Amino acid sequence: MTTASSYEAVLADRDAIMRASVGIDYQQYVTGALAFDYERLLADTGYDIQRTQSVQTLTGVGNTPLIELHNITSLVRSIADHGKGARIFVKDEAANPSGSFKDRRASLSVCEAQHRGYEGVVAATSGNYGAAVASQAAKAGMRCIVVQEAFDSQGIAQPEIAEKTRACEAYGAEVIRLSVGPELFYVFLCVLKETGYFNASLYTPYSILGIETLGYELARQVQDKTGRYPDLVIATHAGGGNVTGTARGLQKADAIDTRVVAASVDLAGLHMASDRDFNRKSFTTGHTGFSMPFTTWPDRADVPRNAARPLRYIDRFVTVTQGEVFYMTQVLAELEGLERGPAGNTSLAAAFFMAQELDADQIVVIQETEYTGAGKHPLAQLNLAKHMGVEVRRGDPRDNKPGQRIVIPEHPSQVAVVDVDLDHVRRSYVRHALESIADGQSLSEIDLDFLAAETRSSCAYVEEVVNEWHRKTG
Amino acid sequence: MAEFIETGTWVQIHCIVLPEGQRAPQVPVETQQVPLEMQVKGFLAEPATLGEEAEIVTQAGRRLRGILTDVNPGYTHSFGPPIPELLTIGREVRTILRETKGGG
Repeated sequence: MTTASSYEAVLADRDAIMRASVGIDYQQYVTGALAFDYERLLADTGYDIQRTQSVQTLTGVGNTPLIELHNITSLVRSIADHGKGARIFVKDEAANPSGSFKDRRASLSVCEAQHRGYEGVVAATSGNYGAAVASQAAKAGMRCIVVQEAFDSQGIAQPEIAEKTRACEAYGAEVIRLSVGPELFYVFLCVLKETGYFNASLYTPYSILGIETLGYELARQVQDKTGRYPDLVIATHAGGGNVTGTARGLQKADAIDTRVVAASVDLAGLHMASDRDFNRKSFTTGHTGFSMPFTTWPDRADVPRNAARPLRYIDRFVTVTQGEVFYMTQVLAELEGLERGPAGNTSLAAAFFMAQELDADQIVVIQETEYTGAGKHPLAQLNLAKHMGVEVRRGDPRDNKPGQRIVIPEHPSQVAVVDVDLDHVRRSYVRHALESIADGQSLSEIDLDFLAAETRSSCAYVEEVVNEWHRKTG
Repeated sequence: MAEFIETGTWVQIHCIVLPEGQRAPQVPVETQQVPLEMQVKGFLAEPATLGEEAEIVTQAGRRLRGILTDVNPGYTHSFGPPIPELLTIGREVRTILRETKGGG
């Protein structure tokens, strides 16, 4: 497959391959040295909420139940200050056809690929999204190839990814399983070039617009059940699509005062391209290994302009530990009768703590669950962790050390979040943006406005960061 | 004795995409020192021998060549044994709820 195409030659051909495989001319949206017309890029697809809903209804995607977690709310109130402890609801996205909210993202991509006459779709993903694309492609009668980073140099498969291999193959997809490394992107490009299939990227406008229905639905469901909009919606945060699409959907449902929280599992210190660290992570998504790089620079994605732009929407960004998520996964199963996750329960762990900060009449929504099963389960992950020499014990989750120690809380009062400094993240984003400016181009007013919108700040803030960057770089 | 696997059998092949030392410059040392490997499943396009080169037709209809490593490879991922550190969590939180109700 790859013998005729050298690594360098294929990467040099990247822009042409991408253009042919996504069918969007991103160049037409460029408005400055950095700026592009984000809203027009999304609007030109023609998918508003109603059209997206009609596409998703055809394949049984969406309209998932909103379940109130009465017992977990009682547990929150048992440790919260008097009068505190918001009502907690969860959007049971595991009820989607392939078992996660990723069906929403895949549905528009596959619909669009079919509409444009592509024979098949390709997705580079080791997670739920692969199963979602394979499921949607099966329904549409299209061919599907999923490229996964699946095993380390010892041949040890990440159990969650092994389960995703099985699920994709169950839907009739071809699965390319690779060992660890970012050169997966090279294999992905080779496959796109060879097949001429559609690039069902996680980061096209279709993939983001497909999630808007999630935020839209949950706002309406909370309104119907309680007579008000949610105070807080917490989304498990990795590449940024979940936060972006959900927040946009909330806005379209007029839930403009609802605060959006991004929650990631803390995997600080583990290198995402390390063959050694690969199986010392107990989470394959929803972690800081994706959320930090993608929040501080979304355009590192596999399309020229990422439609997931989380800094535009995040009100608060928090991390939790692996042990806390496993603990809450067990609590969800045993107190609410919902065996789900684990990765999707990252936002549950954050919600458990953040509900204690809110009043008892306020409402927190965990905006997703995901299916669980062999490999994709705390038991499988913790057994692998022990096999890899990672210590697993009960104790204070603050003693957690990614890759070395997973500490499962001894008491619910030990579950807590750590805030990520959004000012730091915003500055990092602006620096990355400035570094991306092509030679001979300079910032104009439209770029400053764009950066202010990107970071939900002001032109004055952006100018200050730009000046600081110029001082440092000379 | 070499065993021939028949055309049409569901198999897995393996190949090296990038050999060690030719990895992308940005990958860490431990990844530089190992090859980028690929495994793909498909139907054998012609009779072949385990451990020898073979051609497959994948579920997407692509023809690929590589070393034949597995015949009808299984899904071996599982749950494994129960994790003692998780076993008592349900009991603990139910006790907290009971005591809270009793006390309130």
